[in-house]
Amino acid sequence: MATVLDLQEGQLGVIKEFSDTALPVKLLELGCLPGNTVKLVQIAPLKDPIYIDVNGSHIAIRRSLAQQIELDIDEDSTSV
Amino acid sequence: MSENINVALIGNPNTGKTSVFNQLTGLKQKVGNYPGITVEKKQGVCKLPNGTKANILDLPGTYSLNTTSLDESVVVELLLNKNNKDYPDVAVVISDVENLKRNLLLFTQIKDLKIPSILVINMSDRMSRKGISLDVSVLEQKLDTKIALVSTRKGQGIDQIKSLIADYQNLSNTGNLDTSRIAPEYFNQLQKAFPEEDLYKLWLVITQDVNFLSIEKKRIQDATSFSTKSENELKKLQHRETVLRYQFINNALKETYKVDTNAATGFRATLDKILTHKVFGYVIFFGILLLIFQAIFDWSSYPQDFIDEQFAAAAEWMKSTLPAGVFTDLLAEGILVGIGGIVIFVPQIAFLFLFISLLEESGYMSRVVFLMDRLMRPFGLSGKSVVPLISGTACAIPAVMATRTIESWKERLITILVTPFTTCSARLPVYLILIALVIPDGSFLGISYQALTLMLLYLLGFGMAILSASVLNKILKIKSRSLFMIEMPTYRLPLFKNVAYTVLEKTKSFVFGAGKIILAISIILWFLGSNGISDQFKNAEEIVGQRIENDGLSPYSQNYIQNNIDAYLASDVVNDQDANGESITQLRLELAERAKAQEIASYKLEHSFIGYAGKAIEPIVKPLGYDWKIGIAVLTSFAAREVFVGTLATIYSVGSDEEETIKNRMAAELDETGRKPLFNLASGISLMLFYAFAMQCMSTLAIVKRETNSWKWPMLQLVFMSVFAYLVALTAFQILN
Repeated sequence: MATVLDLQEGQLGVIKEFSDTALPVKLLELGCLPGNTVKLVQIAPLKDPIYIDVNGSHIAIRRSLAQQIELDIDEDSTSV
Repeated sequence: MSENINVALIGNPNTGKTSVFNQLTGLKQKVGNYPGITVEKKQGVCKLPNGTKANILDLPGTYSLNTTSLDESVVVELLLNKNNKDYPDVAVVISDVENLKRNLLLFTQIKDLKIPSILVINMSDRMSRKGISLDVSVLEQKLDTKIALVSTRKGQGIDQIKSLIADYQNLSNTGNLDTSRIAPEYFNQLQKAFPEEDLYKLWLVITQDVNFLSIEKKRIQDATSFSTKSENELKKLQHRETVLRYQFINNALKETYKVDTNAATGFRATLDKILTHKVFGYVIFFGILLLIFQAIFDWSSYPQDFIDEQFAAAAEWMKSTLPAGVFTDLLAEGILVGIGGIVIFVPQIAFLFLFISLLEESGYMSRVVFLMDRLMRPFGLSGKSVVPLISGTACAIPAVMATRTIESWKERLITILVTPFTTCSARLPVYLILIALVIPDGSFLGISYQALTLMLLYLLGFGMAILSASVLNKILKIKSRSLFMIEMPTYRLPLFKNVAYTVLEKTKSFVFGAGKIILAISIILWFLGSNGISDQFKNAEEIVGQRIENDGLSPYSQNYIQNNIDAYLASDVVNDQDANGESITQLRLELAERAKAQEIASYKLEHSFIGYAGKAIEPIVKPLGYDWKIGIAVLTSFAAREVFVGTLATIYSVGSDEEETIKNRMAAELDETGRKPLFNLASGISLMLFYAFAMQCMSTLAIVKRETNSWKWPMLQLVFMSVFAYLVALTAFQILN
């Protein structure tokens, strides 16, 4: 299953589900919900954390958390 | 005007809530703390168009009522407690037009508490640029509320908020979401058990018990019998609640809120690419750090010198104008010097908070956190630890408070524990005077030894912070999941007004908060230093007078007189005829009188309460190369390090705090053998190392106690840091000597 970590910079994906139910509620409240689109905006210089745009919210999360967000990658979306 | 309306401002972080607050209340605001915790409580008064007044309470920014930090708990606690005197008659929920969808989540929660609510949509000036269109009247219907479209940047819409507040009785107070939809069976059961209570409130009481800190929480009622579900199950329900809320919001926004994505500019993306670039990102960050250091240590020296001079002049004036006596002494030597010791730090504190608030307001701070997180993690710290570590160079107190944004308790605790190692501004005067005394002139690669030493001391502080963090990371067995998450807000030009308010507020709370302690210590010091019960103390005048008659003035005093006369002769005011004339005799007499007074003061001090205390601790500090006077200065420094120079000034009986004079006096001081200066390389380095590591700040200990809610951690800091400092200083002195 692809996760947010599998996205390329600039690529989009649609959230399907979370591999861990203990995902912080805060993340959901920021709009990180199944069905919403995630865009990987940028990866930090040392590869971690990563910077995503989900549902218009720009947030940075660590890889360990990103890995729990499973999604369908939109292969055609690698714009900028 | 006894019946003011209570208004609470609620909103996500970065929505311009503070700007709305500032514009509603103007300068009529006061900042305090919530009882028992250090969460800031900002209140102000606003005059409404209908003549009544509203008490405006600016609640801490929060993303939702599901709290993860102390700040957020404050919001929930207030909104659940109808008996609280601040319980709002009306809630004003501030949202940002660009993030309206996400902001509405909190709005629906507030609505569900059945509090009459107004929705403020801020930053409306950005709508056209961002391609956003909004149908306000339809949205008002969908959300069952009144909406004010506001631009704090342009000052638009504030009057509309005021008239909506004045009209609050006409607001609907029904909820947006039927809480029982989250899990019908469970909630029906709950309702049956508490038929009188509102379901959503019950739900909050059940779920919000999972607290960030074990702060005493006022339970609204005892609903624990129903938290039979496991934490995981509850969390699932919270997920479900969030999904339901977003369904409602999406439905409300479907017809009313449109974004033309093509209009969104790439400004943010471009700036992000530069500011978080793998090379430029770090270069820019360190450049900004250098600028901050420059401001704190260089630019603020001008106003500081000015303040210093003014206080010295004021003390002088007081002594010469007021009738001599105990009261005047207390005023001029105790209280005034104490206040001066507080005010002198104002420029540094103001500069620091100016920069920090600029960095935060502009959105840059989040990028720094993003850049640094991976670097800090191996040491058990978070990217968010960078902010406290930087502000720790001014003062550990606000720095410890700034750790609140760190989600993981372990990372937060480690940050709190190591922050006092960073070189705070109170250590600076100590370093400066010691460096000037013991570090030789000369340079290495064009940088003077003295500047190098100072730099090394700063690096030492940071190094020690990082090192002890990684040790703590290994030792502390705290299970705490790191749920690091930070919003990367849109870049914005900081609003001058907001920055100015922040600087003003923080400076004020420094002066009145930390100031009280410094002031108290100064007064106590003055009392202990100017009183004594021994016969030597009482008869100091006769004893010293007798000694001077027999043996003459001390070598130090004779030096002092000769130096002054030499200076007088070398100055332009003297012409040759005068050189051996009456004026010299006159001057010599005056100087001798002054020297005698100083010797008496010095003798008195040695036999005052503080003198005896110093003699008592001398055996402890002797192995570090200090005499009893330094011992006293070190001891008083445990209240606050900046007292060091002042204490030595008093002890060495130099009337003023003027550094040149006290420096000369310190340089002239000899050790017990009488052959070597007391402040030599070995004892000087030993002292600097002691100050670098020792936990000598009561205010920091007090704040750590409050932030960790336990005496265990501050005591650990006090003992560990001070013992470590002692051992390092001991080793350094013994090796160098």
